[in-house]
Order: sequence, then C-alpha cells, then structure tokens
Amino acid sequence: MQQAVTMTAAPLPREARRSGALGDAIFKAACQAAGIFVLLLLGAIIIGLFLGGWDAFRTFGPGFVTGTDWDPVQDVFGAGVSIYGTVVTAVLALIMAVPVAFGIAFYLTELAPAWLRGPVGTAVELLAAVPSIIYGMWGFFMIVPFMAQTFQPALIDTLGELPVIGALFSGAPFGTGIFTASLILAIMVLPFIAAVMRDVFNTVPPVFKESAYGLGCTTWEVVRNVVLPYTRVSVVGGIMLGLGRALGETMAVTFVIGNANRISTSLFGPGNTIASVIALEFGEATMGSLKLSALLGLGFILFVISFIVLALSRLLLRQRMAK
Amino acid sequence: MSAAMQAPSMPGQPRDLRASAALGRRRRRTDMAIRAACFVATGIGLLFLVSILGTLLWNGASAFSLHVFTDVTRPPGSNGGLLNPIIGSLIQTFIGTAIGTPIGLLVGTYLAEYAKNTPLGNAVRFVSDILLSAPSILIGLFVYQVLVVPFGGFSGWAGAVALAIIVIPIVVRTTEDMLRLLPDTLREAVIGLGAPKWKMITLVCWRAAASGIMTGVLLAIARVAGETAPLLFTSLGNLNWSVSLSAPMASLPLTIYAYAGSPYQDWIALAWAGALIITLGVLGLNIFARSLLRRRK
Amino acid sequence: MASATTRIATPAISAAQTLQNAVSSEARLQVRNLDFFYDANKALKNINLELPSRRVTGMIGPSGCGKSTLLRVLNRMYSLYPGQRATGEVLMDGQNILDDSIDINALRSRIGMVFQKPTPFPMTIYENIAFGIRLHEKLSKTEMDERVEWALTRAAIWGEVKDRLNTSAMGLSGGQQQRLCIARTIAVRPEVILLDEPTSALDPISTLRIEELIDELKRDFTIAIVTHNMQQAARCADQVAFFYLGELVEVAPAEEMFTAPKQQRTQDYITGRFG
Repeated sequence: MQQAVTMTAAPLPREARRSGALGDAIFKAACQAAGIFVLLLLGAIIIGLFLGGWDAFRTFGPGFVTGTDWDPVQDVFGAGVSIYGTVVTAVLALIMAVPVAFGIAFYLTELAPAWLRGPVGTAVELLAAVPSIIYGMWGFFMIVPFMAQTFQPALIDTLGELPVIGALFSGAPFGTGIFTASLILAIMVLPFIAAVMRDVFNTVPPVFKESAYGLGCTTWEVVRNVVLPYTRVSVVGGIMLGLGRALGETMAVTFVIGNANRISTSLFGPGNTIASVIALEFGEATMGSLKLSALLGLGFILFVISFIVLALSRLLLRQRMAK
Repeated sequence: MSAAMQAPSMPGQPRDLRASAALGRRRRRTDMAIRAACFVATGIGLLFLVSILGTLLWNGASAFSLHVFTDVTRPPGSNGGLLNPIIGSLIQTFIGTAIGTPIGLLVGTYLAEYAKNTPLGNAVRFVSDILLSAPSILIGLFVYQVLVVPFGGFSGWAGAVALAIIVIPIVVRTTEDMLRLLPDTLREAVIGLGAPKWKMITLVCWRAAASGIMTGVLLAIARVAGETAPLLFTSLGNLNWSVSLSAPMASLPLTIYAYAGSPYQDWIALAWAGALIITLGVLGLNIFARSLLRRRK
Repeated sequence: MASATTRIATPAISAAQTLQNAVSSEARLQVRNLDFFYDANKALKNINLELPSRRVTGMIGPSGCGKSTLLRVLNRMYSLYPGQRATGEVLMDGQNILDDSIDINALRSRIGMVFQKPTPFPMTIYENIAFGIRLHEKLSKTEMDERVEWALTRAAIWGEVKDRLNTSAMGLSGGQQQRLCIARTIAVRPEVILLDEPTSALDPISTLRIEELIDELKRDFTIAIVTHNMQQAARCADQVAFFYLGELVEVAPAEEMFTAPKQQRTQDYITGRFG
C-alpha cells in the first residue's frame, strides 16, 4: 500500500522507481529470511537435542526420565534425580524471591521518593546484569562458609529438632547443597521478577488508585485490592519468567549445589540439577558414547521444561500488553 | 428547602466513631508494617549487590596488577597473568556480536516494519522471546552438535557462534521496541518524499532509532562477555597462548571457572582478579548503555 | 495583581454570604485563603468558598482554571503527590483538614469522590460496594447486605444489578459503572461527595440519569460537582462558582449566575466568548 503512495505521490523517473521496487523486494526478503532463520534456529535446537539424546531415550525408554541411577561406570543413566533437583531448587528460589521482589516493586512504585526511584531501580537491574559465574564464585566463597558456620548449624539445632518438618533441616552443615543453590538462584531471579512487577504496577491507571484512596484506603490496601488484582496475570507472567531463568541456570548452581546424584530429605543435603550435571560431566563424555547421548537427552528434557514455562510466561505477559 | 428538613435516610446505626477509629489505627499499623517490610526488602536487594561488588573489590584488588594484563596463564606457582583469556574473550565477544547484530537487526526490522500482526511475525517474535530466556547451556550443547562434532574439534569459531545465538534475540527485542517508538508520521513523511520503503527504513528509521538499537547491542555485549555455560563445550578454554579461531580458545569466564575451583591460592587470586575485571566491564557497559538511552529521551 | 484579587474576592464572599442566608444556616466546608502549588506554579490563588450543607455547588470554568484542583484539595488527594501543596484553611466542623495531624483515611470516609472515568475495581459488584464499607466499619453479613442494597438503590442501579451481584463489575456498561462508583462512594456514608466531571465520559441518557441522581442525593449529602458543561451546572447546582486562571471570580446562586452575573469575565464565559 505504501508503495502505491510512492507511485502517486512522487513522479519519479522510471529508472528510480524500478530500483526502488527491486530494493524493496530484496530488503523485505532479507528481513523475512532473518525472521525465518530464528524460527528454524529454535526448531534446530529442539531437534538437535532430541536426536542427540535418541540413543539414551531408546536404551532406557521412559525409565530415562523416572530412573534415579546415574552410573557412568555401568552405563546406566536416569534423569530422575537431576529433574527433581532442577524443579526443587527453582521452586524454592521462587518462594524466597517472590516476596522480596514484590517488596522492591511496591517500594519503587508507591513508596520511594521520586529522586530515589531511578537509582534504586537501576541498581536492582544491575543485579540482573552480573554474570552467573560471578554469582557462583561469590556464593562459593561467601555464602557457603556463612551457611556452614552460622546459618545451617542454627537451623539444624532449632527447626531440625521439630517433629516431621525437622527432617528438612537435619544432617551435617556442609554449606553447599539444595538450599544454598536455591538461595543463590533466588538472588539471581530477584531482579527479573522485581523489574516485571514494577513495570506492570506502573501500568495501573492512576485514577483507579485514586478512587481507592478516595474511599480511605491505605497504600497497602490500594496495592492489595486494586493494583494486584488489576495486574495479576502479568505478575504471574513475571514469576514464570523468573522460574524459566532459575530452571536453566548453570554456573552459579554448579558451584554450590554439592553435586551428588541423590535425593535427600534435608534441604541442606547435596543434590544436582540438569544443568549442573551437563556442565560437570560433559568433559568426561567421549564422542558417540551413551553417556554423551544421556547428557544431550537431559538437555532435551530441560529444554522442554523451560520452553513450557517461558511460553506460558510470554502468553501471560502478552495479554497485558495487548490491552 | 423541604428536602433539607427531611430526616436522613441512612440505614442502620450511625457509624460508631470510636470503633471506626480503632479500625483505622489497626489498618494504619498494618500499612506501616508492610511499608517497613518493603523498605527492608529493597535494602536486602541492594545489600546483595553491595556484597557482591564488595567481595570482588576486596579479593580482586589484592590480586590486581598490571601483570594480570600482560602475562599469559601459567601453571600454579609461576606467577602467570590473564592475557590470553582476556584476548580470547574480546575476540569471541567481538565476533559473536558481529555475527548476531546484523541478523538481530533484520529480524527486529521485520517484526516492526513488515510483520506487525501477521501470524509469521507473531511466531518469530514468540520464538525470539523464548530464545532470550532459554538456558544458555543448551545453546552450547546445540553448537557442539552442529559445529564441534562435524568439524572435528572445539574452536574459537564455535564459541563465537554460540555467543552470536545469544546476541540475536537481545538485538531483536531492542530493535523492534525502538522502531515501534518512532511515530508513523515520520514514516509517512519519508514515503511522501517518494523514497522506497527500504530507504525509509535504512536511512531514516534506523538512524532515528540508532541510539536505542546501540543500547541493545551494548547490553548484548555485556551479556555474552560474562557467559560461561555456552563456551564449555564450544571453545572449551585453552591454557596456552593461542589466537587461532580454529583451535580451542581461552576466555575469561572459563578461566575463572577453572581457577576458582582449583586448590591453588594464586590461581584463586587470579580468578578474583578476572571476576573483578569482567564484572566492572559488564556493569560499566550496562550503565553506559542506559545513559545512552536516557540521553535520547 | 494583589489589588485585583481583592477586588474580585470581595463580591465573591458577599455573594456566598447572601446565598448562605437565603438557603442554609450551615456551611459543611469552608475554604479560607487557600493557595495551591504544583511545585513552584501557583494553581489556586486565595480561594474563599463555602459549601452549604445538603446543597449542590457547581464549579465551572475553562480547563486549567483550577476547579478540579480545588476538588482534589477538599479530600487531600493532592497529598499523594510530592511537590503539590496547599496553604490556607479548609474547615470541616471547625477543624482544618489541611493540617498534617488529620487522619487522611478517616477524612476520606467523610468526603467521598467520584471521578471523570468510571473506576470499577477488578472484583464483583457486591465486593466493589462492600470493600469501602469494610475499611471503616465492622458489619455483620445481614447489615452488610442491607447496606449494599441501600447504596445500590440510592445510586439507582439496584434494579439492574440485583441478580448479578456476584459477577465482575467490569462487565457493566459505562453509565452503570459510574453509578456503581457513586454507590461505592455513598456506601461509606460520607457527609460530602465530590464529583469530578462525572458525566463527561458518558452518553446523554446515562448523563441524564446521573443528574437526576445528584438531585436526589442532595437530600442527604453535601455535593460539589466540577463540570465543563454549563447546562449541567444550571440543571444540578444550587450555587455555582466560576473559576478563571486559578482565581475564584464569582460565586452565586445558580439562577443568578446564569441570568445576571456580576463579573464581566463570568458573563464572557457563560455567553461563550472564551473557554
């Protein structure tokens, strides 16, 4: 349509018009090809991982997903423990990160003085920019000793004595383990969730907030009864985004999770995640071995899980944008 | 007049002012408690940032010297530096960005200018957004399969391609967002002058959105410069001096990973120095990119 | 400038006083020497105005004249925004509501507000009404049901929603949503209701219903309505105040204001020479 406008609006010499049309066709084709390339790229990643893991899938069948043995010596591989570790650390991370992220978003949108919002917001975003290897090192050298010497002994001596839930806080205070990994993950996804929450809270029209204030609401009541219900879908989308990030995080987790292929009842026990297993064991896998195939199969499972979570997050966040 | 004389037609008891005030006090206490909690939450968030930077500065500064930049990595106890990882990181980041940026720019342009609401455009946008947050280690695995296995070994090229795949969705997102911010009147004005659409885009729209797109590229550089997981199975790392893209190549994140997990004190110290370099670089780039965007606004 | 302000203010006060003597013995709100600032910009200049009890005060004037700003002073809405401040006095029962010591949340339960755009909350119709009541009173289920029905009845919407109280308020039409917002405001049983161009987003039929409603509500409530529509002011208001460039130019009983304005600028505005 815009081309038609060109034709009528400007009496160009025939030469120029033709080259314009040709240029348009080439440029559009290039843009479109790049777009299709991205589509194919994702497809290729999925197919590549699936084919790579095919040997393992064929050898172990559904047992590859449910099996809990990971024994390179016997060539027996089951993803059960690492799937469990991946999900548990990510969910625990969210349980810790969401309330804090909400607090930050609430503070930045409703409470902080105007001059402070920019700097504090940027600082929180910078937290998201710190490379994950740095989180791993910081966690390994700062958080792990703190956990081992202070935090875990205290919890083991108190909560660990309680019936039923005591089992969650029992065992030796290694410092590393599921809980420490979750804590680091929580810190890493915190800025992502906080940034999404802040942005969607800011989309609530001020007049809705004013009508709630006009009834005599306190700031908290306005956020709880108007802002949160109004932005609920996007807030869940932001949390899913955080979950997607937490599921696939590799380096930071590898440093602090303790790397043991077992499911322990205690949160302080060591464990592993899909990403940490891939990162640690890939070096020992030779090309064409069943182990390599099992690792690629693990990658495929991780991709499927993250894809579902991230797709859900996109759909939920898109809904708000479309409004 | 007569209306004013009528008795008020309110239902029920008049409001018990004392009960109402007590309720008000309780509500205000709840409000204050939650405000305080949010203040503390923000403090916690900032505390983490301060703690990370503090730890890096404390441990990194003591291991920091010009020597780190001038000498290559050496076995423990022989006073090596980080020259080859730094160079390796620069090379791979540069090539990754150089490959990823034009593709991302074209895709972003496609989404903003050609396929705003078409099914294909929506699919591309969706997939690009998924790639943006997909686990980076899987991108490493993928590149391992398509470049490392067929071409017979780990290489700097493979690492750079893995990084390029991470750059693409970041540039797509910012390019599309920035182009969409441009007013349609600008496009109409250019078309009205008789320019073909591709000239309108390349000569006017890209230029008008240049600083925004540049921000995206800088953020992408900052992101991939610190990436470790996608390099594990692609460029592998190299403790010897090598700038060949066809051989395994060192990089700062991989060296930090290897050194930090080692039992040698001098290697751990070098890991801190490397961590400090990379963090300051990445955060510096972020702040610079943001200031670029702010100036534009 | 100062002398001009005084010259204008004097007839305004005397007009208000005459009016007060004529229709009511009591002013529910008294605004005295009020100045208002957005940062350094003075948006209201030395306003003196009384809102007579159980009467409708219409506020008219060209956009940006300060009429909405005055409304937002009366329930301290401006306190939400740093950089906005008011000096002077607004007296309610002898208490200056601009005082820092005032309980703003309690104040807003006594002075309710309805906005230009309908603002139903994302909850059910019933909850929209009950929400505000619960902030200030503890009622039993029966009392609450009664109060909700009363508020919806007074807002002339009960018949339309009584069978769908538990559905989302977002599903109502614009006019219904606005009456719901009025019901939500009166459910708290305030003494004063502030209406900020309540019909500007509505169609003529919905507008008519709201105007009828205002006439009905003044039996129990003191009402201030900001409107850009002079016919509406003439139809609804007992007393009309004309604002121009942050000043209160003239205040008079409605019939006087529209037939024999004392000020030249008022006359220019209502005859459509500017604004």
